Amino acid sequence: MRHAFRLIALTAAMAGIANVSLAEQGGAPWSMADDYYDATEMQAAREHLQHSHGDMRSTYFQAERFEWQSFDDEEVILLDANAWIGGDIDKLWFKSELEYLPDEGEFEEAELQVLWSRAISPYFDFQAGLRQDFEPDGLTHLVAGFQGLAPYLFELDAASFLSTDGDLTARMEAEYELLLTQRLILQPRAELSFSAQDIPELGKGAGLTSLNAGLRLRYEIEREFAPYIGVEWQNRFGKTADFAEAAGGDAGETVFLLGIRAWY
Amino acid sequence: MFNRRHFLGAGLGVGAAFGAAGLLPAWARTSAYGNTGLQTLTGTNFDLDITQFPVRIGGRAGLATGVNGTLPAPLIRFREGDEITINVHNGLEVDTSIHWHGLLVPFYMDGVPGVSFPGIRPRETFQYKFAVPQNGTYWYHSHSGLQEQVGHYGPLIIDPKGADPVKADREYVLVLSDWSFENPHRIFQKLKASAETYNFNQRTLGDFADDAAEQGLGEAFADRAMWGQMRMSPRDLADVTGATYTYLINGHSTEDNWNGQFEPGERVRLRIINASAMSIFNFRIPGLPMTVVSSDGLNVRPIETDEFQIGVAETYDVIVEPTDARAYALVAESIDRSGQAVATLGPKPGMRAVAPEMRPVPTLSMKDMAMDHSDADMDHSGHDMSGMDHSQHDMSGMDHGANKPAPDGGMQVHDHKQGPGVANVAMMPVSRLDEPGIGLENVAHRVLTYADLRALEPNADTRPPERELQIHLTSNMERYMWSFNGVKFSEVREAIRLNEGERVRFNLVNDTMMPHPIHLHGMFFELENGGGGHRPRKHTVIVKPGEKVAFDVSSEHVGDWAFHCHLLYHMHAGMMNVVSVIPHEGNVEPDHSGHHGMDHSEKADPHAGHDMSKGGHH
Repeated sequence: MRHAFRLIALTAAMAGIANVSLAEQGGAPWSMADDYYDATEMQAAREHLQHSHGDMRSTYFQAERFEWQSFDDEEVILLDANAWIGGDIDKLWFKSELEYLPDEGEFEEAELQVLWSRAISPYFDFQAGLRQDFEPDGLTHLVAGFQGLAPYLFELDAASFLSTDGDLTARMEAEYELLLTQRLILQPRAELSFSAQDIPELGKGAGLTSLNAGLRLRYEIEREFAPYIGVEWQNRFGKTADFAEAAGGDAGETVFLLGIRAWY
Repeated sequence: MFNRRHFLGAGLGVGAAFGAAGLLPAWARTSAYGNTGLQTLTGTNFDLDITQFPVRIGGRAGLATGVNGTLPAPLIRFREGDEITINVHNGLEVDTSIHWHGLLVPFYMDGVPGVSFPGIRPRETFQYKFAVPQNGTYWYHSHSGLQEQVGHYGPLIIDPKGADPVKADREYVLVLSDWSFENPHRIFQKLKASAETYNFNQRTLGDFADDAAEQGLGEAFADRAMWGQMRMSPRDLADVTGATYTYLINGHSTEDNWNGQFEPGERVRLRIINASAMSIFNFRIPGLPMTVVSSDGLNVRPIETDEFQIGVAETYDVIVEPTDARAYALVAESIDRSGQAVATLGPKPGMRAVAPEMRPVPTLSMKDMAMDHSDADMDHSGHDMSGMDHSQHDMSGMDHGANKPAPDGGMQVHDHKQGPGVANVAMMPVSRLDEPGIGLENVAHRVLTYADLRALEPNADTRPPERELQIHLTSNMERYMWSFNGVKFSEVREAIRLNEGERVRFNLVNDTMMPHPIHLHGMFFELENGGGGHRPRKHTVIVKPGEKVAFDVSSEHVGDWAFHCHLLYHMHAGMMNVVSVIPHEGNVEPDHSGHHGMDHSEKADPHAGHDMSKGGHH
């Protein structure tokens, strides 16, 4: 968290310095109206005009997956939500993922990421910051990754995580949208998880730990509000699968989903 | 005209329409409510009040921001050369302004906050004083915030001092616009969140199946792959669409049916103004040919056509001569075919013309990417030019090689800023002035092209350009970033500088996949369309995707002038700059108390007779 804020503060300070040095060069980019109207008023109007034509801050909140998942023997309520605030190049991103077990009345997983996001190419942002897990283990991670739109319109989000225990893990998500009609959209989605080392206390083995591949069919009643149904195959691999089976679980499961995608 | 039957109708059945009419100025009302010709505000002194007020559009209540409580704002009509005083009172909680679109006023009367004046603060009154050395069809609108989207626009007609070369028995002003019940700032936020929010014309799986059946699976797939590889959609024709817009003619939706009257055999002049925030329209009157007589306020050689595309901020005057006593549909269809506004021109008041079916949604082609010109002529097979009457205008000076790669040949130079704000560049832009607008390539009737336009008066300044500027129209559609040369207006640190009297060629290169109506304040430019000494003089030009457009300016009018894409949200996102015409040394107007800084006396200008520099107007 501190890391992210420090980066933001530094960026802001540098932007401030750039503005000051510009002002010191003495040149308003145009100034002829200053001869007819109060120069101070014109200066304020100029600054406002430029700011409001390309330098506005936007905000966005999205519940990308707010869904009820039905396994063979249990139910999970999942919320995958994110939000951002910022301009075209720099943004402050929040990503959260919550998995709640209604039968047990407790969270299985709960994490929040706070990231500084910077546009580094037309379609990709570099993102760095902190991830705090509240469940299951309270670990803190450093995060670095990329998010954007790949050729052929695949949405990608890839990030690596270094925990305070020194463990390195990574995740990659890819999504695609297939328009059946203007409002009925089929969305394949895959999420791959990796670990650089065995982490027995988390039930993870080195290498590819899991692959979740899902299909969601949503109907956009409004662009901002779309209920969906879907199915997801969740598979664990290698030692991770062994850990799961040893704990009495399955290496692979099929899940039925019912959810809402919404944004504002 | 306000007979008993209509009065009863208004009182009983069509209360909503009557409610709307009650908020409209007389000239914008339908003929059923007494409008058979133009009723106008004329004179030399005007008081305009900017306020918020309720409106009813298509039977739904909304809140507008505008002038004197009407949508659109009142028609202002004055005479060429008159000294005009306009007091604008700001009754809003935020700053406002009025820009006189296309008028050659001194720059400090141009009405762009932050460029030409500080803006009008809440509860303050600003006095505009100017004379204009021109006549024709213009309009006015706010240049503050996003007020233009919510009703702050109106027509402005200047009658000629002498005889009008255009003869007509009656005339109507048609203000085309787009209305949304959503807050414009919310619209902008949604575009930033997802630029395709309002596009419900994307290609679907069904379209793929159709294309595969028609062209073969391989070709249909290759086409999808190419667009997908570019991370673009060939259906990005309009950012804001009929999904949120109700399209209006004189403040009336199709449902509200504005109507004008004619007597069969009359010559009717229609002054068509595209005052919308984001909508390029295709304008036509099915079954009735139109003779275009003026563009952007200046007369052109009459040319007959059946349809034309009108960019945001452009104006066209046409003459129609309906002989049949029937109702004609005045149709303004949005470029992406997501909606249309239909009004009626009929022999009796209160008629309703049959609205035509919306035509299929256009799909952009390779050509619009300016990547590959090997098939540059591909689309022309469908252009039936045989029905086109070229007899009325001089083709001798026309460059028939217009549709070739840029004159400087080969690959386009890109020395502008790249980065996250520039998603693609046009490698092989071409001139497309001889093409009708996007989506009108294959219609079965005549369509006006820019190459058809010829100024009625000879161009006064025919000097070749001394200097060339290249300005790229740039964007990242995905991030909803729009700019010139990759630089958003917020990042501009120096205006585009011209020296007074200098003849400069602007080369606009459209690197984006959308058509942009580009507007230069304070001057007309000669569009390089092969028209020789009769090139059309315009204030706004649509630059098609993948196109390179050239125009020349004479840098006559000293001052800072706004220069921007007239699509409101593109401008708001940064597609704007300032063109500064720097005075010769020692040629600065010494007396700043007057408003006569605009000296036409030395300029080779068709309006040279109207010398505003001479004193005695106070």
